[in-house]
Amino acid sequence: MRRVAIIGIGDTEFGELWDMSFRDIGIQAGLAAVADANINADQIDALYVGNMGAGRFIEQEHIGALIADYAGLARDHIPATRVEAAGASGGLALRQGFQAVASELHDIVVVGGAEKMMDVSDVESAMIQSSAADQEWETILGATFPALHALIAKRHMHEHGTTREQLADVAVKNHKNGSLNPKAQFQREIKRETVLSSPMVSSPLRVFDCAPSSDGAAAVVLCPLDIAKKFTEVPIEIIGSGQASDTLALHHRKDICTMEATKVAARRAFDMAKLTTKDVDVAEVHDNFTISEILAIEDLGFFKKGEGGRATEAGLTSLEGEIAVNTSGGLKARGDPIGATGLAQAVEIVAQLRGKAGKRQVKDAAVGLAHNVGGTGATVVVHLFRRA
Amino acid sequence: MDSTMKVGIVSYGAYVPRYRITPEEIGKVWGVDGKAMSKGLMINCKSVPSPDEDTITIAIEAARNMMKRCEVNPKDIGAIYVGSESHPYAVKPSGTIVAEAIEASPHLTVADFEFACKAGTAAIQTCMGMVGAGMVKYGVAIGADTSQGAPGDALEFSASAGGAAFLIGSEKIIATIEHTYSYTTDTPDFWRREGEMYPRHGGRFTGEPAYFKHITSGAKGLMAKTGLKAGDYTYAVFHQPNGKFPTRVAKQLGFTDEQVKTGLLAPMIGNTYSGAVPLGLAAILDEAKPGDKIFAVAYGSGAGSDAFDITVTNEMDGFQRHKAPTVQELLTNLKFLDYATYAKYRGKIHLGSE
Amino acid sequence: MATAPRFWRENPSRYNLMGFKCNNCGKTYFPPREICPVCHRKSVGKIEEVKLKGTGKVYSVTEVQDTLDELAMMKPYLVAIVEMDEGPKLTGQVIDCEACDVTIGTPVRVALRKLSEEGSAGIIHYGYKFVPVKDSTGKTP
Repeated sequence: MRRVAIIGIGDTEFGELWDMSFRDIGIQAGLAAVADANINADQIDALYVGNMGAGRFIEQEHIGALIADYAGLARDHIPATRVEAAGASGGLALRQGFQAVASELHDIVVVGGAEKMMDVSDVESAMIQSSAADQEWETILGATFPALHALIAKRHMHEHGTTREQLADVAVKNHKNGSLNPKAQFQREIKRETVLSSPMVSSPLRVFDCAPSSDGAAAVVLCPLDIAKKFTEVPIEIIGSGQASDTLALHHRKDICTMEATKVAARRAFDMAKLTTKDVDVAEVHDNFTISEILAIEDLGFFKKGEGGRATEAGLTSLEGEIAVNTSGGLKARGDPIGATGLAQAVEIVAQLRGKAGKRQVKDAAVGLAHNVGGTGATVVVHLFRRA
Repeated sequence: MDSTMKVGIVSYGAYVPRYRITPEEIGKVWGVDGKAMSKGLMINCKSVPSPDEDTITIAIEAARNMMKRCEVNPKDIGAIYVGSESHPYAVKPSGTIVAEAIEASPHLTVADFEFACKAGTAAIQTCMGMVGAGMVKYGVAIGADTSQGAPGDALEFSASAGGAAFLIGSEKIIATIEHTYSYTTDTPDFWRREGEMYPRHGGRFTGEPAYFKHITSGAKGLMAKTGLKAGDYTYAVFHQPNGKFPTRVAKQLGFTDEQVKTGLLAPMIGNTYSGAVPLGLAAILDEAKPGDKIFAVAYGSGAGSDAFDITVTNEMDGFQRHKAPTVQELLTNLKFLDYATYAKYRGKIHLGSE
Repeated sequence: MATAPRFWRENPSRYNLMGFKCNNCGKTYFPPREICPVCHRKSVGKIEEVKLKGTGKVYSVTEVQDTLDELAMMKPYLVAIVEMDEGPKLTGQVIDCEACDVTIGTPVRVALRKLSEEGSAGIIHYGYKFVPVKDSTGKTP
């Protein structure tokens, strides 16, 4: 396989983007990435778009063709593919693009992710998001998507002694990081008390334990590493890519306090990169719920199983900590337009490794990790990046 | 109206929801002296179904309890009839879902019955006929309801929810239904038009010309058939729209408080409509011994009565009653509601268009 | 919510807890599948329909405040993952109890209740929910 680099990144603000349509946000992020990569439209060989629910959010399927068309690429008839894996749609799209370039099928590939969630009611949005879980055996029986994560949290608290305050600390840290990120949906710091006194969603998870619904898009441009310097001074190499699946229903997992798919996807990525967890300087993990970040930092190998809560409380995952986690603000504060999230994580890691993360910059960041989850862990995609 | 072969109850099961509301609580909202209502009706509280319960779930729970107590293969059930005035569907029988839920499907006949509060006992009579004629090996008759009274109306103080199921057969009978007699006329004492949420009634017209006339005629008709008197029975149960009516009619017919006591559930659960006599009968069967005789008369507005002469057999000694909750056991773990929650649960609050 | 055919198809499992046993590995699973998730093709022809008894223990539980539209009448309600006696875990509501009565380990049994309805004029969906089991003193152990 030949080596693959990211030569351009772009994203929109994340939030309630009332004036922008799905097409608008997709194109804006893509254009920014293409401009950042200093390439022309006719140099793009293929397009991959991560998106979970456009069919229900905006009643539009056939997203690959849509974005290719509005990006002006339809005139060149480029191959355009929509990738879906619930919350992992973006990360999976990145992996598809990576595979295309690594396998020499294509040279320059644009990978984007976009989601327009605000055009439907809250109730409808919750229903659509719950389609990431098992419709027949979880949702229909009354389990909302937050309820499933609450079940994980309850069990984690029972088995590992994780506390309600430790869950809150994940949100506090991510909001702090978000306040340093001009593109983040939420830019205000919060306190533990903010989380603990917010309305209950599904015990023990409260509003501030849950990432928001957002509109937004993000994109990257990939090309073979050996020609990357033609386009950018600081190519960032994708040195590892791992993907894993697991049972769709949470109740079918061996242990609901562990996302096996995270462990396996991470191992596959680290094996490809010939690195270990210790080599990672900065990580963007899938914190759609505070408990999810705790599982992630354990299952990715940063901390032992059961220690994620205590590690967060001790500040070990802050910007200045042992391993800076979710410097962008994470899904919680940066926002979570579902299909875009995986790409937004890549955009943040690239910024960090380029030394361009402003006030959020992790000193001497050389290796970064992005961790993207679909459903309650039925799909996980992990990528490793290194300054080339 | 009797079958040529011995038919009777092979098993039975009951179910009453755990929520309750008192007449005092209802009276508070409507400016009615709830305490006086309670005394006048002889009802301390009535049962309220949870938002996720309906006549079908109640019928299924009762039927499953019935199946737990016997070793009958559900595939040998040839007929299921559910009697109610609150079937969840106007068209689509409750019985098909019950049949599926007790695994009796698909080789059987099913239909839903309606005759106000005596739809369940009418179903028992039909099963007796089906079994007696050799058309089916076992028939299931269920009386269940989640009846409603219009807000503020007298009926709101008593209309409640519950049901009981009876497995009718000719083998291993725990209680033989020796005779049954019915008395039916066109008497419009209480009715509900198609599409209306709440029933209407004729006030005091529901008393003498309706309830009392038909129960008394039904009882006397049965006694004429059997040649027996009130004193020959161990237990008696009458339709119980409240605690007062059955107590009074029992006295009129010569039954004592002692005979009526066990089957009188209205004071604790209100009027379960099609479930009323079935539940009362279930409560009696919960303690009846071989040789005991039971006199049961159900009443349905519109109007008619179904009277039954039942004798408990020796099979009752081996009956696995403990495999399902008795009526008394069902009346535990109660939760009392305020009127607002009750109104929410019963769909009385207008939610706006969908 | 589910359409009539999609819902009706699963009635045996939703009403009667129909699962399956793989006679290759001997394990019981719920819901029914074409093949055993462990034995794959070796299980073809060795799948046997099996009804779960309906009793189990709570594995995890949460009180849902922000509910699905269909269940708005019941909020807040409890949702749990229940480990059935035969091994499989199921997700469902826990009802007829107070939130404080149900914790990890509480024994429960299945009851059939309304899951949802397709509006006031649509089909009613019935399925399993869980009720805490009482011990002889009438208390939940």
